[in-house]
Amino acid sequence: MSTAFTFQGVQRVFGSKQVLRGINLEVPEGQFVAIIGKSGCGKSTLLRLLAGLDQPDGGRITRGEAARGAAGTRIMFQEPRLLPWARVTENVAVGLTGIAQGAAANARAADYLAEVGLADRGSEWPSVLSGGQRQRVALARALVGQPAILALDEPLGALDALTRIEMQQLLERIWREKGFTAVLVTHDVAEAVILADRVILLEEGHVALDLTIDLPRPRRHGSPEVAAYEQEILDRLLGRNAA
Amino acid sequence: MTAVTTETDTKTKGRGAPFRFLAPRGLIGWVLPLIIVLLWEALSRTGVITENVLPAPSEVLAAGWQLLLSGELVHNIAISTQRALIGFVIGGGFGFAFGLANGLWSRSRDVTDTTLQMIRNVPHLALIPLVILWFGIGEEAKIFLVALGVFFPIYVNTLLGIQGIDPQLTEMGRIYGMSPSRLFWRVILPGALPAIFTGLRYALGIMWLTLIVAETIAANSGLGYMAMQAREFMQIDVVVLSILIYALLGKLADSLARLAESLSLQWHPAFQRKDA
Ligand SMILES: Nc1ncnc2c1ncn2[C@@H]1O[C@H](COP(=O)(O)OP(=O)(O)O)[C@@H](O)[C@H]1O
Ligand SMILES: [Mg+2]
Repeated sequence: MSTAFTFQGVQRVFGSKQVLRGINLEVPEGQFVAIIGKSGCGKSTLLRLLAGLDQPDGGRITRGEAARGAAGTRIMFQEPRLLPWARVTENVAVGLTGIAQGAAANARAADYLAEVGLADRGSEWPSVLSGGQRQRVALARALVGQPAILALDEPLGALDALTRIEMQQLLERIWREKGFTAVLVTHDVAEAVILADRVILLEEGHVALDLTIDLPRPRRHGSPEVAAYEQEILDRLLGRNAA
Repeated sequence: MTAVTTETDTKTKGRGAPFRFLAPRGLIGWVLPLIIVLLWEALSRTGVITENVLPAPSEVLAAGWQLLLSGELVHNIAISTQRALIGFVIGGGFGFAFGLANGLWSRSRDVTDTTLQMIRNVPHLALIPLVILWFGIGEEAKIFLVALGVFFPIYVNTLLGIQGIDPQLTEMGRIYGMSPSRLFWRVILPGALPAIFTGLRYALGIMWLTLIVAETIAANSGLGYMAMQAREFMQIDVVVLSILIYALLGKLADSLARLAESLSLQWHPAFQRKDA
């Protein structure tokens, strides 16, 4: 299988603070990677580098053929960042800027809205949607340009527990359907284990743990196998802290 | 954005928001003025208010009818409205342009903002003597004053509107590859619009105020001039008529601005209809 992207000794420094100290990571196409780590350890920094919003101070980032170009990698944030003055469909069509426009863009936007379960909400203003629905619109916008890589920076962080689980299921279904490479930053270890093929733990600017989650899908919250992986990751996360 | 939310109450409750000022709910606002006029008429007729203090509404109306027949009223209203609009377009246009430029480019702001803030602190009506010296009592004097008065509310609010745009939204626009002009039309301008409307409505108030003062002091036509002429000839009914017409014109301008506002800000929660 070919490679979606590679980080080779990637460094990023803010002032005197070295946030990433040589990240090495190779992710094959179609993999679902979760990145976890303590707050401020550089997860968002890594994701912004991946999405091309920021440049590394050292090392190399290479992307596979499909992930190159502006539309090859999309990023989704904790805030939906919808345009309040654009209807839901138009907001999704923002994801087709420079790719398609007019009726063609609206038709594709409508398809992706249906994909995230909001087929009948296209003509509404974002302000009338719930938090989870807005995040689904943001997901449709990120995917409508058919990116090879989708970077997600704690996209479910602001949602309530039930909506979170629904969104996890939606995300997993769409990922399996479309086959893009997903890189999910999350502070929820359970979420990482449920969704990811592979969990990366960032610590002090390095990859401290690279764990393959070898469980069949769909995985259930609270099943013993999931709990075992969770425990392993948590031990690693907290063990270092206590030492 | 904050400025419009102060009116959330009336706006969210009003059905058919864009035409609210024609709807029955809007008519309620006219009940009180009507009562006041009726009371005034009654007090005048019973002699509680004497004629040389305040003429009865019916007499004001009669005076208005006379002036209407002679064509004087229409002529003066037309002249005043024309001055107001020309001054508004010039001052508002420059205010908008500077607001945009200074909101979009920090270089432009660094160069001009201090100067503009200094000029802003001079009450523009204090310039009347100077303006008369420059322009005499010709049209330029009035238009200049109106333009100057209108400039600042539009400038300040356009600038605030642009500076207040969520940087996360502009970043989102760039991430999705919007060109600078697309970013402007899709993100920056719509985001600044609520503040621009606040400035617009404020500017309309200043527009009339400036014009009244300027026409009262330095004019030989227009509503303010009509009022001053009437004062010289002790035609108190015409004086009162002029004041009422100013009130109506001011209200009309504000209503039109509100209509434009609610039509273009339909997305804003403060303007959304409950029947959606
Ligand atoms: N643009 C920036 N300028 C300066 N410091 C930054 C910038 N972005 C991030 N940092 C710093 O880098 C560190 C990692 O930030 P971030 O990647 O956002 O952490 P995380 O997402 O893991 O919580 C933090 O200490 C943060 O203060
Ligand atoms: Mg972060």
